[in-house]
Amino acid sequence: MVDKIVIENLSLQYSDGTESLRGISMGIPQNAVTVLFGPAGGGKSTLLRCLNRLNDLTEIKASSGRILIDDTNILDPKIDVIALRRKVGMVFARPVPLPLSIRENVIYGLELAGEKRKSKLDEAVERSLKLSAIWEEVKDRLDEPAIALSGGQQQRVCLARVIALQPEIILLDEPTSGLDPISTGKVEAALLELKKEYTIILVPHSVQQAARTADHAAFFLQGELIEYGEGKTMFTAPKQKKTEDYIMGRFG
Amino acid sequence: MEKSLNWREFVITRAIKASGYSAVVFVLLIFFFLLREGLPALSEVDASSLLDIRWYPIEAYFGIMPLITGSLIITLGAALIAVPFGIGTAVYISEIAPRWMREILKPLVELLGGLPSVVLGFLGILVVSPYLRVLLDLPTGLTAFTGSLLLGGIAVPTVVSVAEDALDSVPRAYREGAWALGATKWQTIWRVTLPAAKSGVLTAVMLGVGRAIGETMTVMMVTGNAPVMATKLGSLFSPVRTMTATIAAEMGEVANGSTHYHVLFFIGMVLFLISLIVNIIASSVVFRSKKRAERILS
Amino acid sequence: MMTKFLSRNRHTVQRLGFSFITLMAVMTVLPIVGTIVYILVQGGSAISWDFITGFPHDGMRAGGILPAIIGTLYLTIGSAIFSVPLGIAAAIYLSEYAKDNQWTRLIRLAIINLAGIPSVVYGLFGLGLFVLFLQFGTSILAASLTLSIMTLPVIISTAEESLRAVPQAFRTVSISLGATRWQTIRRIVLKEALPGILTGVILGLERAAGETAPILFTGAAFFLPRLPQSPFDATMALPYHLFVISTQVPEMPIQIQYGTALVLLVFVLTMNLIATVIRSRARARRQW
Repeated sequence: MVDKIVIENLSLQYSDGTESLRGISMGIPQNAVTVLFGPAGGGKSTLLRCLNRLNDLTEIKASSGRILIDDTNILDPKIDVIALRRKVGMVFARPVPLPLSIRENVIYGLELAGEKRKSKLDEAVERSLKLSAIWEEVKDRLDEPAIALSGGQQQRVCLARVIALQPEIILLDEPTSGLDPISTGKVEAALLELKKEYTIILVPHSVQQAARTADHAAFFLQGELIEYGEGKTMFTAPKQKKTEDYIMGRFG
Repeated sequence: MEKSLNWREFVITRAIKASGYSAVVFVLLIFFFLLREGLPALSEVDASSLLDIRWYPIEAYFGIMPLITGSLIITLGAALIAVPFGIGTAVYISEIAPRWMREILKPLVELLGGLPSVVLGFLGILVVSPYLRVLLDLPTGLTAFTGSLLLGGIAVPTVVSVAEDALDSVPRAYREGAWALGATKWQTIWRVTLPAAKSGVLTAVMLGVGRAIGETMTVMMVTGNAPVMATKLGSLFSPVRTMTATIAAEMGEVANGSTHYHVLFFIGMVLFLISLIVNIIASSVVFRSKKRAERILS
Repeated sequence: MMTKFLSRNRHTVQRLGFSFITLMAVMTVLPIVGTIVYILVQGGSAISWDFITGFPHDGMRAGGILPAIIGTLYLTIGSAIFSVPLGIAAAIYLSEYAKDNQWTRLIRLAIINLAGIPSVVYGLFGLGLFVLFLQFGTSILAASLTLSIMTLPVIISTAEESLRAVPQAFRTVSISLGATRWQTIRRIVLKEALPGILTGVILGLERAAGETAPILFTGAAFFLPRLPQSPFDATMALPYHLFVISTQVPEMPIQIQYGTALVLLVFVLTMNLIATVIRSRARARRQW
């Protein structure tokens, strides 16, 4: 298995003193679901936001270390962040449909990337909505505002919006935290399908979801990576006491 | 394609940033031009004559004291009207009025703020001053009092909207806490809500006063324009003249570059500095209270 | 007994207090309504097609007020040309780019001060800079520029407020999909903030349309027999015309005065109404 992403000794601290990362090193394999889990404030979301440089929008006090994607250090200030963000898509905890129609939401990134041909755009809409398991529900109302959909539908449109850009990596930050069990099931099923083509990094909203979806799992606590390994062994026989305590529900 | 996009983005970002500083540039430019045209007055007329009590430019008497006292007495009168009515209306809108009433009153007060001052001056001449002349049995209805009355009306919307904002931003929990302790709504307003909104209400008063000092057309039209010292309470019921009205009435007639011209700019400079001070104090009250709120929350 | 008495007393105080405050609010609002109704009634009879579309004659004691109406339109549009792009750009800077530091605080202080400068001082500034120094003369151009600087703070602060009301999540999402900052602003933020910005623009221009003092020595003409031909001509304007005919012209027929006041009032009220409607419709439509 090839490591798509290699994180080397990454440390980061926000200016306002909140959640930070301390000396994280790990490799994230291609075509698999890697789950980052642990109690709130442990640094999972921060790490995700480093991977597509969304942290550029936040004030950072100090950061060090490297993140290599396909052997390029993406923390290098000289890299093209726009191209990076097209390659590394992100789905957020709360579904945020842009104030546009469903179709416009899906093709938003593609249009910005300069794609103008209608046939290509239509093709992308259909393909990505199908991959996100929402096509059947919305195919007749593509020009309606995306905000009119239910929360679960919105989140799958948001996923489709990322897929439409044909990224290589998809980051998901508690994508099902506000959804009902049926919608959650649909999103998780879509992820299983998607990992055949993409590298997926998921911050789950519960240990159960982590156990259901993880090929690989990393346990974060207060900015440190405590344990990292195969998903199956992690949730049945964790090596670290802290990991075990958390999985058993003794804290967090 | 990417390249040209970056270039465009760069140019637009720069243009936006430059526009951001436009307000600073304009304040400096205004001050510069007032100094440029106003400072020569100090060399042409010595300071003691400027502070004299006689304004009669045709014979080169440039004492601005009557104009300053005129502005002060009218502003004071306007504040005595605008502050209680403004705060009262703000309390009514934010604390007492039912929702539908609020929806009507807020735009209505805003509308008053938008009424051209020349229209109020016009009504002042035709309706208010003849009425006051008869009512108070005065030789003329064009007095400082008439000016104060109308100016009060002009300052009220400013006081209402700023004070109402301040009352509105008092957390609901404060009021609920007071009610839970058995206070009536009325007691809560006086002992909890208004004190909590104190700094905002103070800002409202400052800004209202600032608005009144700077008002031009209405006072020019209804105060009779007599540049006499207003020192007694009785001055309130005789004609006076303000700094703003003097500039407006005389600038059209003077020769560019004459002493009279420079003195009018000098008066403008004084007005500019007054409004600067009023606004800096008003905004520093807001900043300070905000900081305090941040401290409490963090 | 005692507590019962006290509590009744407290509620009497409250009832009296509420009545008093309500009375104050009524006394504040009634004159506004009174003023508008009074002018509508008094001026109504003066309004005719000839009054709106005719030129004044007989020393302005007869005829219409067309040049003043057109002049006010020119001045309003002229000041919009300068203040709208500049004001919106400044608001975008403050809401989207500026960091919270000393410089930004300086900008905010400047905006507050600009809003507080007396209108007649703007007139002096316009005279000094545009009319004399830049030699635009007493002209529509000089008056429009003066008015536009005066309206700038209104436009900046309302536009900034509505830009800030757009949820941060839209910006984050747009950036995460590979948009640049400006693309995000143009495609998402501005589009959502548009009704609020428009409201601010109209309220700013409403102020410009009704002001007299800033145009007194920068562009207003007492009387012109024809419409202005270029931006370098002086112009008649409704507020200045009302000032002139109510204070400077003896034996002015009262009907023409009320009619002029009515037209000015309708001009301003219409703008105000449009702004209010845009704002309330945007609030009703908004889903975030």
